[in-house]
Amino acid sequence: MKVKMLSRNPDNYVRETKLDLQRVPRNYDPTLHPFEVPREYVRALNATKLERVFTKPFLASLDGHRDGVNCLAKHPKNLATILSGACDGEVRIWNLTQRNCIRTIQAHEGFVRGICTRFCGTSFFTVGDDKTVKQWKMDGPGYGEEEEPLHTILGKTVYTGIDHHWKEAVFATCGQQVDIWDEQRTNPICSMTWGFDSISSVKFNPVETFLLGSCASDRNIVLYDMRTNTICWNPMEAFIFTAANEDYNLYTFDMRALDTPVMVHMDHVSAVLDVDYSPTGKEFVSASFDKSIRIFPVDKSRSREVYHTKRMQHVICVKWTSDSKYIMCGSDEMNIRLWKANASEKLGVLTSREKAAKDYNQKLKEKFQHYPHIKRIARHRHLPKSIYSQIQEQRIMKEARRRKEVNRIKHSKPGSVPIVSEKKKHIVAVVK
Amino acid sequence: GDNDGEREHQKLLEAISSLDGKNRRKLAERSEASLKVSEFNVSSEGSGEKLVLADLLEPVKTSSSLATVKKQLNRVKSKKTVELPLNKEEIERIHREVAFNKTAKVLSKWDPVVLKNRQAEQLVFPLEKEEPAIAPIEHVLSGWKARTPLEQEIFNLLHKNKQPVADPLLTPVEKASLQAMSLEEAKMRRAELQRARALQSYYEAKARREKKIKSKKYHKVVKKGKAKKALKEFEQLRKVNPAAALEELEKIEKARMMERMSLKHQNSGKWAKSKAIMAKYDLEARQAMQEQLAKNKELTQKLQVASESEEEEGGTEEKVEELLVPDVVNEVQMNADGPNPWMLRSCTSDTKEAATQEDPEQLPEPEAHEVSESEGEDRPVAEEEILLREFEERRSLRKRSELSQDAEPAGSQETKDSSSQEVLSELRVLSQKLKENDQSRKQKASSEGTIPQVQREEPATEEEEPLLLQRPERVQTLEELEELGKEECFQNKELSRPVLEGQQSERTPNNRPDAPKKKKKEQMIDLQNLLTTQSPSVKSLAVPTIEELEDEEERNQRQMIKEAFAGDDVIRDFLKEKREAVEASKPKDVDLTLPGWGEWGGVGLKPSAKKRRRFLIKAPEGPPRKDKNLPNVIINEKRNIHTAAHQVRVLPYPFTHHWQFERTIQTPIGSTWNTQRAFQKLTTPKVVTKPGHIINPIKAEDVGYRSSSRSDLSVIQRNPKRITTRHKKQLKKSSVD
Repeated sequence: MKVKMLSRNPDNYVRETKLDLQRVPRNYDPTLHPFEVPREYVRALNATKLERVFTKPFLASLDGHRDGVNCLAKHPKNLATILSGACDGEVRIWNLTQRNCIRTIQAHEGFVRGICTRFCGTSFFTVGDDKTVKQWKMDGPGYGEEEEPLHTILGKTVYTGIDHHWKEAVFATCGQQVDIWDEQRTNPICSMTWGFDSISSVKFNPVETFLLGSCASDRNIVLYDMRTNTICWNPMEAFIFTAANEDYNLYTFDMRALDTPVMVHMDHVSAVLDVDYSPTGKEFVSASFDKSIRIFPVDKSRSREVYHTKRMQHVICVKWTSDSKYIMCGSDEMNIRLWKANASEKLGVLTSREKAAKDYNQKLKEKFQHYPHIKRIARHRHLPKSIYSQIQEQRIMKEARRRKEVNRIKHSKPGSVPIVSEKKKHIVAVVK
Repeated sequence: GDNDGEREHQKLLEAISSLDGKNRRKLAERSEASLKVSEFNVSSEGSGEKLVLADLLEPVKTSSSLATVKKQLNRVKSKKTVELPLNKEEIERIHREVAFNKTAKVLSKWDPVVLKNRQAEQLVFPLEKEEPAIAPIEHVLSGWKARTPLEQEIFNLLHKNKQPVADPLLTPVEKASLQAMSLEEAKMRRAELQRARALQSYYEAKARREKKIKSKKYHKVVKKGKAKKALKEFEQLRKVNPAAALEELEKIEKARMMERMSLKHQNSGKWAKSKAIMAKYDLEARQAMQEQLAKNKELTQKLQVASESEEEEGGTEEKVEELLVPDVVNEVQMNADGPNPWMLRSCTSDTKEAATQEDPEQLPEPEAHEVSESEGEDRPVAEEEILLREFEERRSLRKRSELSQDAEPAGSQETKDSSSQEVLSELRVLSQKLKENDQSRKQKASSEGTIPQVQREEPATEEEEPLLLQRPERVQTLEELEELGKEECFQNKELSRPVLEGQQSERTPNNRPDAPKKKKKEQMIDLQNLLTTQSPSVKSLAVPTIEELEDEEERNQRQMIKEAFAGDDVIRDFLKEKREAVEASKPKDVDLTLPGWGEWGGVGLKPSAKKRRRFLIKAPEGPPRKDKNLPNVIINEKRNIHTAAHQVRVLPYPFTHHWQFERTIQTPIGSTWNTQRAFQKLTTPKVVTKPGHIINPIKAEDVGYRSSSRSDLSVIQRNPKRITTRHKKQLKKSSVD
């Protein structure tokens, strides 16, 4: 008699160790797995919904300042350390992991206008309303020593901003003019002026370190709008910078072709006060007077994220941490807030399966992002009433303006009314 | 008095005229000719031109003393007036523009990097790889001291042996060796060593393999080959260097003696030992032993006597021949076995299989035999080769076939004695050959070599013949029948074609590809011929019928109209389309009849109409179509509002056509539909950042550019003010000149 038996080789289904993954033989024949698109669509929908569910960007609030936080700086070598300057002349150094204040310095009388760290992370500079530039050691004074700056430079005018060179012992201040200082000297190496407007901010280019951008006037770059609050250079693309403007918009420029911005970023409903790039150079964060901060992809004109809390007032300064995972913002009501850069990201170490699931979900969201349901859910944000109503208002205004423009074109001789693109519209003039 | 008065008057006039700013030009003054001409009163009136310096010098043309002055004057004249310096703002603007263009150019070097990063499939930040900061062991050691007695003891030992303890952990010798050898050198040396080792291993393997071979004959042949080689070398040496050859000869003699001494004819062999045990009791054994000993004596004696006399040589020759006899017999047997199993098998029933198996092996042989036949006598090396080949062949045969069992006992008959004797005999022969002349040597070689050869050649030739016969037969049977006739007929047709040498060459495969081509050609031509011949006949048929029906003009007109409105059946098309759409949108009846249920079924049988009627479910009449009363419109009612909510309305940005988008949507990325690897590849995120790693701005050095930081400070420190002052100075200088 012939007996037919199933015989299986245990090598095919028994794991070698307990840590190995179970072997799951699969047949990828498409006929066995029908409805790929609908199934993936549902998965994408779920992923998007879950993303919204898990969106909890706010991490911590660092309170201790007795006045509005005016400026922020991050430690170049230590991710956990940040510095903040307040409107009462107080500088505080914080530890983010412990979420407490390490050190407090009464640095200036009046505002701390600007703060920057030296590239090596051993000291930092502050400028204040008392017309002084002070250099401080990063480490606190020893026991019994008094808190004293390393150097103090007395200036003739008020300085409004400061930035340190990325490689050398040189820093730049701005006020009535842009001054370039050597750390060892008490007089500027050179001062540069253009026109008579005061300069609000100055930034060194992190890649091509000899380039310096300032918001009012500059040696190399001509700026278009004198109301620009600040600029920030892209750390990965040497010639790209973004300017935060008073007209609620941000402009990304290629510094070689300044007559048209690469992108106009508009979503804020009030003046944009500060901007900072992600260290990856793919996104930037902006702080606005409308009590919110927004995250923009560099190549998109609309923001992908908006952060706000009930208690957060006008946001004056914002910084993206060097590991590109967190965002800090200092605001009027004396608090520094720590946010996740990616709102729904899970903190901590991920297992490989979690990582795979995350990547898959991300790809699904990307794939089905144009589908109306998914788009709606992904874009939905709760906004405070003030911002919401202002957005509506501005939409109406914008629509009216557009209608008028269209009508004008329609009712005038063809070609007499030029059609100006949105990008060009905002540029007043290019001054050589 | 008068003069003074006139002058004063003139002065007054001048003063008055100069008061009026606009008319500063003096009016031409007309005066009477007078004796007194004022030297200040030179005017260039009338001509309306400016006073030129050269005019003043006109009167002093002749005097040479003023030539230098004149030259200087010319020089001054040739120089153009310096333009006004630009105002400060203008200069700054120019400087700014130049600087801007320069920096823009400098920044353009980043374009490729930026583009690459933007288009990158995946970017992992931080971009620069961090080297793991592992402290070298020396540093760790330097901060550590021996405390316990054991540790101290160990350190003492180390110190005594001059072993390094601290930085760096190398002995002086090691250090020297490290310094001595560069990396490339070390690599080369290592490669050399590897090669040497590999060669050695090959050699070892070969030696082992050869050693494993049990056949006596093989070893015999090898030994013979070696001896012959040595002999050849010796001969060469004799020609070139007689003194060295003599030494060599002595050596050979000595070797021979040694061989003699270690003969197995003494009672050291296995057989001899067993006989020695038996000798006590067995008479025959004793006798055998004695015989052997006698033989040994003989041999040694012969050695002792120098082999110079011809008699002795003859004796040895005889001896050798005697010794050779069993070998030859063996060989004969082997030879009979070697190729014969094939022959034997051919006698048995399964001849075909054996033949096919044997063919590839046997094929190369005959050639070799032919070579050996032609050159065998002249070249003893060839003979060796033959022997070797024969041997190998036999080995393979033995392995494969069962019949080889018969051959094995024959091989086993070879005793140790015979083998050793053979070696000796060979040596002897060789040594004799040294002394003898060439001819005698040749004879002997032939006497040895030809015996096996001849016996071997017989079967070989037998093999060759059938093979040679078979080939032409096959060719003839397969394709000749078909092609021969055709080719011949081709040849007959194309007389111009050069006829090939013979039929044999025509049959060769080289010619074959030509034949089908020609066939095809002919077929093509035939088809064309058919077409060309038929088409006129068709025309001739068609034309008259049309002519009968209509006039030519009318026909043309109609044709023109037809052509003009050729595809102009739009209305009918539309109606048809609409009808089709209506039909398609109508709900379909459901037929539930099962053929063969309750009645006969099968091929060609249909269920009865009654049954069909019974099981037909009529679809309910749908709502009236929206375009029922609109004859010119088709309204698509398929569109589902509910699904529309889930559909993309506008083609998203990067896509240029809807099918691109659809395709991206239709390719699944999940692990349900993809293999693990593909899944991982499909879901790689675009940007990867690691928590807790500082991402520094991109650096020129990382990307491979030279950083422009050198120029940093120079650019910054370049004080625009200073530049402008310098510029001004330059301007001033030029103006002074």
